Amino acid sequence: MELKFILEAILFSAQKALSLKELRDLLAATATAENAEDAARPFKKTSEETLLAALEQLQKEHADAARSYRLACVAGAWQFVTQPEFSPWLIALVGQKNRPTRLSQPALETLAIVAYRQPITRAEIEQVRGVAVDGVMQTLLERGLVEQTGRAEVIGRPALYGTTPIFLEYFGLRALEDLPAADELRRIVVEKPETLLTTDPGLATAPPEQLNESPAEPADVM
Amino acid sequence: MSEYKVKFEVFEGPLDLLLHLIKKDEVDIYEVNLTTLATQFIEYIEVMRKLDLEIAGEFLVMASTLMFIKSRELLPVDQQVEVEDEDDTEDPRWELIRQLVEYKKFKDAAAQLQVFELEQENIFPRVPGKLDFAAVRAVARPEVSIFDLLNAVNAILKRVHQRDDPRDIFDDKWSVSEKIEYLIKLISEKSRVKFSDLFGDATSRSEVVCTFLALLELIRLKQLSCVQGEHFGDIDITRAAPQSLAPENSVGEIEGAPAPILNPQLN
Repeated sequence: MELKFILEAILFSAQKALSLKELRDLLAATATAENAEDAARPFKKTSEETLLAALEQLQKEHADAARSYRLACVAGAWQFVTQPEFSPWLIALVGQKNRPTRLSQPALETLAIVAYRQPITRAEIEQVRGVAVDGVMQTLLERGLVEQTGRAEVIGRPALYGTTPIFLEYFGLRALEDLPAADELRRIVVEKPETLLTTDPGLATAPPEQLNESPAEPADVM
Repeated sequence: MSEYKVKFEVFEGPLDLLLHLIKKDEVDIYEVNLTTLATQFIEYIEVMRKLDLEIAGEFLVMASTLMFIKSRELLPVDQQVEVEDEDDTEDPRWELIRQLVEYKKFKDAAAQLQVFELEQENIFPRVPGKLDFAAVRAVARPEVSIFDLLNAVNAILKRVHQRDDPRDIFDDKWSVSEKIEYLIKLISEKSRVKFSDLFGDATSRSEVVCTFLALLELIRLKQLSCVQGEHFGDIDITRAAPQSLAPENSVGEIEGAPAPILNPQLN
């Protein structure tokens, strides 16, 4: 029996999303059961890499078939979910999903900074945003989207923050690597251009040569 | 003034306002004219003050930074005060631009997160019903007939009879209504009780009969049901499917009438 179809059947009937480890344990338990079927035995020691490959293959097949549902991996756990375009009928069927209120703009900005730069202190977040983030951080902590991950080894030992698995679930992300432009935003290296075009030709004072020549503008400006 | 409804854009902070001003001028952040930007920024703060809006401290800090940059521009390079250990990173213009570029990227990332947030609201996971084979089996069990129950209670009575010591004389301590209450309590604690367990601590024939009558009464009132897993197996007593009759009512109903009639038969 093909591994991907076994996994498909398991995930089809599972009560919740299952991680690679849970799937591996399930296969091992089936293979070592007292009255194990012969078909189950070969999967006794299936590695997580093999499982992942089978799941990704299955995911691709479902995507290629363009069905109304797909196999999704959120926060490292796999499950079948519907495609978003069918939500009107599903909302009618099960009612509006019981989701917490949407995040505000400041909350999203702060969360983005924490997500890309974790672990990060409050002061570092404020440096990027240019405003205080106490209230926003409180909201994010209460909603379990971020958590304290440790303390920075600097003076005052400020708390370091990072995102939680709830963060990944909330945005439907497989892992932190799934964040868009992750490599770029992790540590932005902003290239300094050759010249900074900051001065307005009209506003800038006369070039120094002129100033030095002019008797009306003596050097005691200093 | 009050007739005009002024829609004032709300900014997250000074960086947000600066980005807005840069976007309005349609220039690249790297090519922005900081002196013009400083003028616009201060104009904006002036408007906010006129409208009596509260200006956060961060805006004033930014205004002073911009004023500092602007004033530096006004001095010829060779006449500026040489700050010790000054290197490229301490150029205030560069510092501000770097901060703006960084903030802009995170703002874009936040917008992307918002897209994910909205998308996630429309995605429904498959949640199948719980696979429950045990429940199916229970339904298939046949109900026990009155004769099965009589046989069972006879077996118990024989056992109790052997234990009875005819020399002991004591009062009838049990009534059917008490036993009904006891059975209801028992079945609400554990959902399934074996028939023989009901009489486990029965001390006399009259107690067994009282318990048995209570059981029959509760079956008649459809409070309890008896099922037998296999032929000649133990009879299990379970709570019957919910009925409109509440257990408290049923107890009250019988308390008066049947118990006195039944008691004489026992003696």
